[in-house]
Amino acid sequence: MLNQILFAAALLITLGVFAFTANRYYKLFKLTRPAFPVRDFGKRFLLMLNVALGQTKMFRKPFTGAMHALVFWGFCVILIGSIEMVIDGLWGVERSLKVLGVLHDIIMASGDIFALIVAIAIVVFLGRRLFIHVKRFEGIEMKHISHLDAKVALSIILLLMLTLLGMNTSYVAHNTLLGEEVFGVYPVSQFFAQYFSGFSADTLHIHHEIHWWAHILLIFFFANLLPYSKHFHVFMSVPNVFLSRLEPLGKLPNMDSVTREVKLMMDPNTAFAAAPADAPIERFGVKDAEDASWKNYLDSLACTECGRCTSVCPANITGKKLSPRKIVMDLRARMKEKSKGLLKEGKTFDDGRSLIRDFISEEELWACTTCNACAQECPININHPTLIIDMRRYLVMEEGSAPGELKATFNNIENNGAPWQYSPQDRLVWAEGLEMNKI
Amino acid sequence: METVKINVPVMADLFAKGEKPEFLFWVGCAGAYDDRYKKVTRAFTKILTHLNVNYAVLGKEETCTGDPARRAGNEMLYQMQALQNIELFKAYEIKKVITICPHCYNIFKNDYPDLGAEFEVINYTDFLVEMMNNGKLKVDSKVFADSRITYHDPCYLGRANQKYDEPRKVINALTNNLVEMDRSKSFALCCGAGGGQMFKEAEKGNKEVFLERTEDALKTNPNVIATACPFCMTMMTDGLKYKNKEEEIKNYDIAELIVMSLGI
Repeated sequence: MLNQILFAAALLITLGVFAFTANRYYKLFKLTRPAFPVRDFGKRFLLMLNVALGQTKMFRKPFTGAMHALVFWGFCVILIGSIEMVIDGLWGVERSLKVLGVLHDIIMASGDIFALIVAIAIVVFLGRRLFIHVKRFEGIEMKHISHLDAKVALSIILLLMLTLLGMNTSYVAHNTLLGEEVFGVYPVSQFFAQYFSGFSADTLHIHHEIHWWAHILLIFFFANLLPYSKHFHVFMSVPNVFLSRLEPLGKLPNMDSVTREVKLMMDPNTAFAAAPADAPIERFGVKDAEDASWKNYLDSLACTECGRCTSVCPANITGKKLSPRKIVMDLRARMKEKSKGLLKEGKTFDDGRSLIRDFISEEELWACTTCNACAQECPININHPTLIIDMRRYLVMEEGSAPGELKATFNNIENNGAPWQYSPQDRLVWAEGLEMNKI
Repeated sequence: METVKINVPVMADLFAKGEKPEFLFWVGCAGAYDDRYKKVTRAFTKILTHLNVNYAVLGKEETCTGDPARRAGNEMLYQMQALQNIELFKAYEIKKVITICPHCYNIFKNDYPDLGAEFEVINYTDFLVEMMNNGKLKVDSKVFADSRITYHDPCYLGRANQKYDEPRKVINALTNNLVEMDRSKSFALCCGAGGGQMFKEAEKGNKEVFLERTEDALKTNPNVIATACPFCMTMMTDGLKYKNKEEEIKNYDIAELIVMSLGI
């Protein structure tokens, strides 16, 4: 009974803290701008199965992709076991999902095998971070805290897997020793259990309790640590894929506020008509975190800083300052920095700083070729170029700021309908004297 | 060889005569003004003539799609250009547009519909494949049969619009030696000219993007680097010059390869 009360209390605290965090994020999301209406649920569901559950984009890097896929699939299976542990903890029972019969055997067996696989993969990941120089883990945006963040999360996952295996092993050893039925199948722990045959039933029981509590409390702790680290990825990446932009990468979102203005300019009849009352006067483009869309912000929370985007960026490869990963991380960091004031005072809050310039320089923004390699590469469909263009929109339309040659290009387009300074009268020069061989 | 003069039909002239061509051939600014790329425009016009396609160009009435402005953040200028073009297309009752420039193609296809455009846009590589499939375009010459041709994917055909196979189908009809770069299709590296970069100096770095990409191409040891975009052509041609390879390795657009194969 005491155990149940303790467990319920721990669960309550976990859910309470989590609700607080979720509410905070919800309010921040409400401050962001609209992106697109979420429709086509069937299409989205298939995309989620393909990209998130199928991990298809991860396999663009076959080795690490496979390792990550195994970890991900392992998490999915082990999650069911964690739900069983919560039921067990609340009702004071053991292996409650045994009512599922063979299905329970399958769940337990795959969870047990995956625990070992995930543990091995995590050791490989830690090894890559500690001993191998992986270029995409470096960069100006990769501060000490980012590396620490990664290592802490990996260590916690490793501990989770070890405690899970410890729990299963002592459970199997204990029940086997006493001749009691073992519910579920545990291929890996069965193997380990033979080495614990010399222990007494009491010792094995205590072992089991320690591992059980350590495992579940670590999950509770981890769940509440995640939203404050880059590993928020664990919660946000699947929703982020589900809520992907469905349009071709080449498409940019239209700015309807600009369309209204341009139509007004082009049609003299509407020149004196009042602007629609429901049209809010808002800044063109993105200057600060709250100007970004909810999708940009979700992207930034789902990013786990893997750096695949930056590793394929033509600007970054050739030594320019732009790093698509940094753009995403900066949005998250700026929103975090501004969140206290934003939540207190709303959108009018101003701390004299902004995403552009205090976090992202103009030099970075102008280096983008909009080639979409970053968006193509991102395993969870983060779209960096739309955010970069939105920041360019702010610079150009609000500040009139752009590299001199681009300003000249704008002038040319405006005055002679081409990015270069040629007369429209010369548009057919290419066709003069055109001949072809008769065949 | 006997030659025939090509009179390029202009939309305004045809319209005055009450004729409505099936296709508008959208030449694009690079197609009209860039000296190297004008040859591509001429090549594609020859193909259209060769295939007896009922088409016209806008000529002096053509204007920028607004794409360079849009990608550089000048949404206002883009929309002014776009709405103007949409009006013009409506006035000429244009239903089908063929483009050679992938940037024009992309903005017509993906961005213009938000502003009320209702025409169909066809990239010339799609058009060429269709003409080969329906038997109208027969390329059975052996001009490039033994040439090693590598193809550089333009970002706005490839990643932006998932057109990886069509250009390759055309090239495969010309040669038995299409050699892929290490980074190709969705992995392809940009030439460095997109997003307004064509019209400005690159930001400070330790290398030019076009050189990085030219090196990718050179690694395949090609005779020809095939491109399908005016900006890519400028970059790859510059890359070859920079590497002193412009004598041995040629950069041609897919349309030019067809014209040379046909001997027209």
